[in-house]
Amino acid sequence: MTAVTVRGLRKTYGDLEAVRGIDFTIEAGEVFGLLGPNGAGKTTTVEILEGYRKRDAGAVEVLGADPQQAGSAWREQIGVMLQSSSLYPNLTARESLRVFAGYYSHPRDPDEVVELVGLTEKRDVRVRKLSGGQQRRLDLGIALVGDPQLIFLDEPTTGFDPGARRTAWETIRNLRALGKTVLLTTHYLDEAEQLADRVAVLRDGVIVREGRPSDLTGGAVETEIRYRRDGEVIVERTQDPTRRLHELTAEALARGEELEGLEVLRPTLEDIYLELTAE
Amino acid sequence: MRLFVHEVRTEQLLFWRNREAAFFTFFLPIIFFLVFGSIYGDSTITKEHIRAAPFLEAGMIGYGVASTAFAGLAITMVIRREGGVLKRIRATPLPPATYLLAVLVSTFIVFLIETVLIVAIGRLLFSVGVPDRPFSLLVLLAIGAVAFAALGLGLTGYVRSAEGSSAVVNFVYLPMAIISGTFFSPKEYPAFLRAIAEVLPLTYFTKAMRDVIVRHQHIWSVAGSIAIVLGWGVIGLIAAIRGFRWQPREG
Repeated sequence: MTAVTVRGLRKTYGDLEAVRGIDFTIEAGEVFGLLGPNGAGKTTTVEILEGYRKRDAGAVEVLGADPQQAGSAWREQIGVMLQSSSLYPNLTARESLRVFAGYYSHPRDPDEVVELVGLTEKRDVRVRKLSGGQQRRLDLGIALVGDPQLIFLDEPTTGFDPGARRTAWETIRNLRALGKTVLLTTHYLDEAEQLADRVAVLRDGVIVREGRPSDLTGGAVETEIRYRRDGEVIVERTQDPTRRLHELTAEALARGEELEGLEVLRPTLEDIYLELTAE
Repeated sequence: MRLFVHEVRTEQLLFWRNREAAFFTFFLPIIFFLVFGSIYGDSTITKEHIRAAPFLEAGMIGYGVASTAFAGLAITMVIRREGGVLKRIRATPLPPATYLLAVLVSTFIVFLIETVLIVAIGRLLFSVGVPDRPFSLLVLLAIGAVAFAALGLGLTGYVRSAEGSSAVVNFVYLPMAIISGTFFSPKEYPAFLRAIAEVLPLTYFTKAMRDVIVRHQHIWSVAGSIAIVLGWGVIGLIAAIRGFRWQPREG
């Protein structure tokens, strides 16, 4: 089953073409990552899917409905975590979750959600006294409290310390285990690599690459081989690392030498990303 | 209905939890009543030969509608809009109309409690009789709350930032409260202030309130004032439909 279908989506603000004809689909139960630098069109795309913005052209279907026309029954099925924190400063974490749980017909238990996002110890603390990372975890909790099928997470772990990020990743993995569909936008490549089944890289409003994180790092991009000869670092790039490495080691063995400091570097998603998003 | 009740309760929790807002919108009219009532509650308004205390009581209810339904609501909604809370609420199954109605009803509840307190203070401290037209009073309170809430929502479209919301709203509502004669009789004001007062909705709401509380009029006897208040309410509604936004300003 397909949760999200996007065909030929376009959005223009004045002279700026924020989204210039993109296509992608997200299957139910999949974690889909939308990667890209600031201004690439990630948030515009997500907000069109959430029903906040009207598209200029193209077809969009989210859980079988057009978000521009969808009503309350559709909103029962989606959870939204906006890019910036959006909370009531004077409520406690638990009260905030209760308030939002009350908007849904079949919400999750707010106390369970408090635990899920790791705020049990802070549940009776006013939001204004929580740290930025704790507030983001509450934002995540509120996106989940309605027990939605499809969850939009717009840069969910920005500003988290490494421990909190790991907790959030665990929460998102649990969502996947529950069969939920997740659309995640992120700057962080390790996050996409850790969580996403598939990623699309956006740049200037077009998708420049799409596939599994592991597929993106394979393929056409060159592998780097480093070693030292006469104290000098040699860096070679090759599309055929197995053969080149064999040649190098064979030569070294024939000469009875050691290839000092030998390293083979498979490009990380980060390298691909930088290459794809570079001007 | 379940959603509506849930949201009214949420709004009540949010209002009373926010001490600063509760002070400025709810307690300030009560404090002003205590202060001004003590200063000149026993003096006589010369033209009508009535004590100033009941006159001031009606004026403070007028000030109350301006502070709770107009200023308080406008500031709250701008802060929620700019903080992304309204945007988040739009993504939930809560229908926008249910939300706005619940906010309005919650505002009215606050204003009613305030009015009850003002009347009680008038009775206990300043020997003002309890209003003898309770039905007319209630209808007038509801009309005032709706009209000023519409104006408050209309004003939000003209306020750009959460930081600026108190400044802009106070700039509009404090002079309005003074010029409209909620504290003093506008009849003693200089001509240019009276000219301004003659177009302000709060002037007519306060006038109707004094007719009902001080002069024991029925609601239908103050239809002229009510028509002007409602006319302003329609202007507010048009401004709200044109300018009210659920999303913060784009960075």
